[in-house]
Amino acid sequence: MSAVGFAAGELTNGQVPLGEAVAFWILGPISLAGAIGMVLLRNAVHCALSLVATMMSLGMFYLIEQGPFLGLVQIIVYTGAIMILFLFVLMLIGRDASDSIIETLRGQRWAAALFGVGFALLVALSVGRAFKGSKPADLNTTETNAGGQNVNSIAALLFTKYLFAFELTSALLIIAAVGAMVLAHVERDGPKPTQKSIARERIRSGRPQPLPGPGVLSSGNSIGTPALLPDGSISHESVMASTPGLRELPAANHSANADDIR
Amino acid sequence: MSVLAASQNLPGFGNQPLWIVLIKVLGVFVFLVVMTLFAIVFERKVVGRMQNRIGPNRVGPWGTLQSLADGLKLAFKEEIIPVLADKPVYFLAPILSAVPAFLAFSVIPFGPEVSLFGHRTPLQLTDLPVGVLVVFACSSLGVYGIVLSGWASGSTYPLLGALRSAAQMISYEVAMGLSMVAVFLFADTMSTSGIVAAQYHTWNILPLFVSFAIYAIAVVGETNRAPFDLAEAESELVGGFHTEYSSFKFAMFFLAEYINMVTVSALATTLFLGGWHAPWGVHAIWHGANSGWFPVVWFVAKIIAIIFVFVWLRGTLPRLRYDQFMHLGWKVLIPVNLVWILAVTTIHVLRDRNWPAWQATALPLVLLLFLVVLPALVMWEGTSARRRAERDEDDEAEALLTPTFPTPPMDLVVPTTKRLATASVRRTRRPPELRDGEDSDG
Repeated sequence: MSAVGFAAGELTNGQVPLGEAVAFWILGPISLAGAIGMVLLRNAVHCALSLVATMMSLGMFYLIEQGPFLGLVQIIVYTGAIMILFLFVLMLIGRDASDSIIETLRGQRWAAALFGVGFALLVALSVGRAFKGSKPADLNTTETNAGGQNVNSIAALLFTKYLFAFELTSALLIIAAVGAMVLAHVERDGPKPTQKSIARERIRSGRPQPLPGPGVLSSGNSIGTPALLPDGSISHESVMASTPGLRELPAANHSANADDIR
Repeated sequence: MSVLAASQNLPGFGNQPLWIVLIKVLGVFVFLVVMTLFAIVFERKVVGRMQNRIGPNRVGPWGTLQSLADGLKLAFKEEIIPVLADKPVYFLAPILSAVPAFLAFSVIPFGPEVSLFGHRTPLQLTDLPVGVLVVFACSSLGVYGIVLSGWASGSTYPLLGALRSAAQMISYEVAMGLSMVAVFLFADTMSTSGIVAAQYHTWNILPLFVSFAIYAIAVVGETNRAPFDLAEAESELVGGFHTEYSSFKFAMFFLAEYINMVTVSALATTLFLGGWHAPWGVHAIWHGANSGWFPVVWFVAKIIAIIFVFVWLRGTLPRLRYDQFMHLGWKVLIPVNLVWILAVTTIHVLRDRNWPAWQATALPLVLLLFLVVLPALVMWEGTSARRRAERDEDDEAEALLTPTFPTPPMDLVVPTTKRLATASVRRTRRPPELRDGEDSDG
């Protein structure tokens, strides 16, 4: 079985394990395509979905780089919560709302493209130079990561060294949430209508039943009011047999069912 | 999968041969599909019994193959795509709904280490130090399928269903995630196999009953099952998010819903009901109950028991109103959960500081009772008394008003005398009177 050999042997691509290399070359293009699509696509929901693809790929990158907690939290928080809320808002603004392609500032697009490429070059060069000559390490065997200690190590750092920054960030988020609530809050004039009060209002309005459907001319709402057939005669089938006085209704033209009613 | 297997660092999972991993993947897939087919027939049979019906009984012995026949029929049905649909997203949505549902099961432990073709391997596809978070991430990705299907259909009811579902699943995910925290604290790990191993003596449902109750409520909301099926409320939204879907795409939504049900049942088993461990007493009588392939039987039996409760809920409870549903999620489940986690953490810390077990347990619980539970009860009592008084006052005020709607007297006798009968006939007989606008002749 070649599969056994494939899995058991330590296949590498240069200094990197083969699995990691394969994953990188699959996820790298996806995340890049997602980022580019997010900028270029016109429909807002499509843009959001491209961003989701990028975030998912980033989460998988963290997983591969021995950061399982960070990777899954990236997926849960960013794609699962934040982007869903984004979509929530985008869905409400309508399906056909697309970006206008008219430039409001002349030459803005070219300038933006130039600066974008320049920035990308700058980052690539600086990161490339910074890591030049450093040796890749096996993250699985490092002191902080071995034996499933990844989560504990993160927790230890978060609640000792970076506690203040962590609390400050959460305070910032809470302030933002409270601020949004204060801005969106509307003071009520009276008490909130309950199901009971709404039902009472409806009875009190004099018309508790829903309005008749379009094209219906009804003047009575009694159970004893018979329906009229197209020729103006009374429909026997529309009144219950137990209604008082039904026996005396004038015979309709098609009184085949009249006997059944009695 | 080999990528995942390589990236985790738990003993026993990193060095599985590829062919064993593939067999396990196939096994999980087949298990989920069979469980879906089973769950649908099971649900229809049980609901049928609860409603004094027989349920499906035509296809196969006792109707057991009904869902297989339905599934085959569904796949061959005509596919209708709305003109206004956003094609790419419309195609993507069912896939986004079904794939995470399957994926979540990759970290669920089916049993202990077994011998598979001469290899010792755990009966679990893979595990991570943060295994439970994988299930959590998959359930949060499943929301996309529903939200996007509603939006891409280009129709009003699906959009409303999708909006409801998005709000609902995000709200109940919070309660669900918080209910897992106590389990993590108790087991000292987030890996599913570790949590099962920690329940060797006592199942978590006993010490952590509050968490279990909250989890059980939250997952019903999370899986869009009755009585929390507001996203597909058929009396309000036709079919909700999948109204415009047909044929195989609809089947994928259906599949995803039932797989999600199986997944949350399996996770409840893993977190609270001892995973694949044999029920109490069985292990004492028979020592082999927790080794070899037998634990799979306990595991599946526990899943089916939980699915039965899901069906029972559906057969019993009416659907909640949307605001009541949100009220329950945000104002009841989450606060209760936070207070409970505080208590569990306190117990944990006190035990770590070598307090005697009963003192470390009793002190936080007593403090909780006097500082939180009793004041909350007193406040609730006061509020409900005030509300009751307001309601009575309101009723009295209402009784004084003259009725606008024709209400019959309490001692009404149905007229049977000839005079009254002819009088009412005379009124109903004349057609012009029907158009006169006389409203109340009933």
